[in-house]
Amino acid sequence: MLTISALFCGLLFGLGLILGGMTNPAKVQAFLDLGGAWDPSLALVMGGAICVASGAFAVAKNRPRSLLGAPMLLPTARDLEPRLILGSVLFGMGWGLAGFCPGPAIVTLGSGAPAAGLFVCAMLVGMLAFEGLEKFLKRAPTSQVPRPHSGAR
Amino acid sequence: MTIDWQHFTPWTSLAGGALLGLATALFVLLNGRIAGISGIIGGLLHPRRGDVDWRVAFVAGLLLAPLAYGLFATFPVASINADTPLLVGAGLLVGFGTRLGAGCTSGHGVCGISRLAPRSIVATLTFMASGFLTVYLTRHVFA
Repeated sequence: MLTISALFCGLLFGLGLILGGMTNPAKVQAFLDLGGAWDPSLALVMGGAICVASGAFAVAKNRPRSLLGAPMLLPTARDLEPRLILGSVLFGMGWGLAGFCPGPAIVTLGSGAPAAGLFVCAMLVGMLAFEGLEKFLKRAPTSQVPRPHSGAR
Repeated sequence: MTIDWQHFTPWTSLAGGALLGLATALFVLLNGRIAGISGIIGGLLHPRRGDVDWRVAFVAGLLLAPLAYGLFATFPVASINADTPLLVGAGLLVGFGTRLGAGCTSGHGVCGISRLAPRSIVATLTFMASGFLTVYLTRHVFA
């Protein structure tokens, strides 16, 4: 049941992106182009979405379980770490360069556009690169610390 | 700044936003999860037992959306200005950046702001500013 509802929500989410004009990178870039002919449409996509979703989150945060009985998994992190800022800066750069963010890129891939496929492949490589770096950084400090001597072998 | 009234689509963009807001609302109420696309995809790169099906289903829904949209209207033209090297570079930045920053336009921008989460508000302001600056530099300074 959770799988079916995820499929339905993904479909509805994708339809919203298409209707909102987010699957057209030129339109997204026109929103980001404050110095040119500015198209404010994207602000209304976000505004409309936030208006509808905020009520649901207000209800959800007081419930231990979802309507289908799944645990309510809302983010709990509160720290404003440097990586949050740095990651967002890098994401914004890529978003501005191509006019794609993850959701619309996947939806446009579904429409059969090869350029979206190329972008999504590069995006997955970028995500894997992050995973690799994170694993490396987690391992690095411990490998530098000499292991306590475990006595005679 | 001049507003491009000719391409401004207030009503369809508002309606599209409301629709994806509804999807986000249903997803948290039914599945108890954040509809953050980069997080959903990222979780598939190190799959854990019992945590795969819903992610694949959500992404399948996204991929099927153009087909479903095609039943009612023609899929709008996606005009992509970036050439191949730029698409690859941008994709790498988006993939790496969204995982490092723990979210994208959906997870931080829609879900996070809806929850009034300070982290997400900061992240959204940051990637917006970065996007504005990137487009400004590529179109008006180094064009």
